[in-house]
Amino acid sequence: MLRFVLTRLGLVIPTFLGIILLTFVLIRLVPGDPVEVRVGERGISPERHAELLHEMGLDRPLYVQFFDYVGGVLQGDLGISVITHRPVMDEFLSLFPATIELAIFAMIFSTLIGLPAGVLAAVKRGSAYDHVVMGTSLTGYSMPIFWWGLLLILFFSVDLGWTPVAKRLSDDFFIDEVTGFMLIDTLLSDDPESKGSFLSALHHLILPTIVLGTVPLAVTARMTRSAMLEVLGEDYIRTAKAKGLGVYRIVAIHALRNALVPVVTVIGLQVGTLMGGAILTESVFSWPGIGKWLVESIGRRDYPALQGGVLVIAALVMTTNLVVDLMYGLLNPRIRHKR
Amino acid sequence: MTDTTLAATPVAKTISPAHEVWLSLKANKGALAGLVVIVVLVLAAVLADVIAPYGYAEVFKECVIKQCPPFWQEGSDSRFVLGADAVGRDLLSRIIYGSRYSLFIGTIVVTISLAAGILFGLLSGFFRGSIDILTMRAMDIILSIPSLLLALAIVAILGSGLLNAMIAVAITYIPHYARLARAAVLTELPKDYVTASRVAGAGTLRLMLNTVLPNCLAPLIVQATLSFSTAILDAAALGFLGYGAQAPTPEWGTMLADARNLIRSMPWVVTFPGLAILITVLAFNLLGDGLRDALDPKLKR
Repeated sequence: MLRFVLTRLGLVIPTFLGIILLTFVLIRLVPGDPVEVRVGERGISPERHAELLHEMGLDRPLYVQFFDYVGGVLQGDLGISVITHRPVMDEFLSLFPATIELAIFAMIFSTLIGLPAGVLAAVKRGSAYDHVVMGTSLTGYSMPIFWWGLLLILFFSVDLGWTPVAKRLSDDFFIDEVTGFMLIDTLLSDDPESKGSFLSALHHLILPTIVLGTVPLAVTARMTRSAMLEVLGEDYIRTAKAKGLGVYRIVAIHALRNALVPVVTVIGLQVGTLMGGAILTESVFSWPGIGKWLVESIGRRDYPALQGGVLVIAALVMTTNLVVDLMYGLLNPRIRHKR
Repeated sequence: MTDTTLAATPVAKTISPAHEVWLSLKANKGALAGLVVIVVLVLAAVLADVIAPYGYAEVFKECVIKQCPPFWQEGSDSRFVLGADAVGRDLLSRIIYGSRYSLFIGTIVVTISLAAGILFGLLSGFFRGSIDILTMRAMDIILSIPSLLLALAIVAILGSGLLNAMIAVAITYIPHYARLARAAVLTELPKDYVTASRVAGAGTLRLMLNTVLPNCLAPLIVQATLSFSTAILDAAALGFLGYGAQAPTPEWGTMLADARNLIRSMPWVVTFPGLAILITVLAFNLLGDGLRDALDPKLKR
């Protein structure tokens, strides 16, 4: 097991360094004067320009700059935002809980519906139900989620007036930010005026959760179905049937447990999809999270913010992939002992 | 490929592989439906000048002064079946012209990423060693960044626009092809026909392109069809965010970006372009799924 962990780590570290190199190169590819790109101003006086060039270390050899950058990244220094003049890391951390909260809800939503739907489709293979589930999930998988969000707003918010259109909370409330997770912060708030704010936060989560969860839902349902079908064809399932066990017992205890291993892996690997989806979902619902921040950073030519954001998200995706990978090895000796 | 199939077991009735795939596709209703939609789309794209009632930039002032909703709504103008947008352009015509952009985007993105992916995959698989390690690590790096985010970052550097959006999206797909091609090469290389070809004196380039590559194509074709659909989605997403095709272009994602703020007053300008994207993407996914079943013997039951 230790060897397995070490080989996987040995693969991850160079990749992570590669990502740092990529973001290092990325900001240097931006056309224009390097100082102006980083300060976000044009027409800086020559004296100030030279001063800034030296201050930012851009006058030193490239490899020194790179090692400086790596050192900074490892200490959590991602540079300074051009717009807010705050450290990019602080910006990221203050917006991240909003994205995480949404992503967790999307994950729960997609798993709660996708898993049972996939299991049932496999059990009733070839039935009308199976076809409906597979058809729906292929449609969900093909969905342009930015349009799906607008459509849901059109129906539930504009026509029916049931759900709010944007943001995380109704404007009637002012909640002190403690954790950054709106559901927790609204519960923590003891201000009598914030009564009902928890429900408001929950209310605001409904549509973005559906939109962000749609693609993972489709993937989970499809994956669960095919994993279940594979397991249901195994000999030990036939044995269980021969022993006279009920369908429920066979499906829930004998089949599902084994089918879950690949399914959990796929759910874990959805983190990248969720972060990509968050960019669109947050833009549609004006959700103040990382996705919206990244898109706006590009619009404001805030390259240090974009650079830092890409780096942290890539690191995050890599870490979850690594964890999923290790868990998979832990659960499946065949993977662990390969090679 | 002919020199490699000589040793195949004799079959009474020979069905060509292409014919076999077609038979399998024909039996799959979903794939067939997808194929029909794609044919209609191609026709719409090719014949847009003939079948579109109006030009995609033609402005009708009467629809600016007074809204022109689609035909089933009150106050509609029979000339504009799907209604007109806020600037007074016929929506149906714009959607028909938009099919050109979507198919164009899909074709270009798949061609670039497929070509680059095959190149990297062949080099990795044939030469192994440090080339392999370097290439595959580079692919891992690309894969660890969500494709839309990477595409956005690339567009941020290259500048907005349809061409740059296509390049950006294509770059994010290269790893999928490279990995598939490499894996296929690695399974094919130890086979006898490759050794035979090598013994017969075939050079590396000939081995790569003439001997091995044709036998690696099945998974690549499936992936190409499936990424045709994601390419359309991602490019439309970039257009929606304002970094893809720019405003007057009737690209469906860009049309949605223009229509976003009109969702309350003119919902139809939001509904139809998105529906067009969904149907197109769904059609390619149906065909891709069908092709996978037809080409992948492991999945045949």
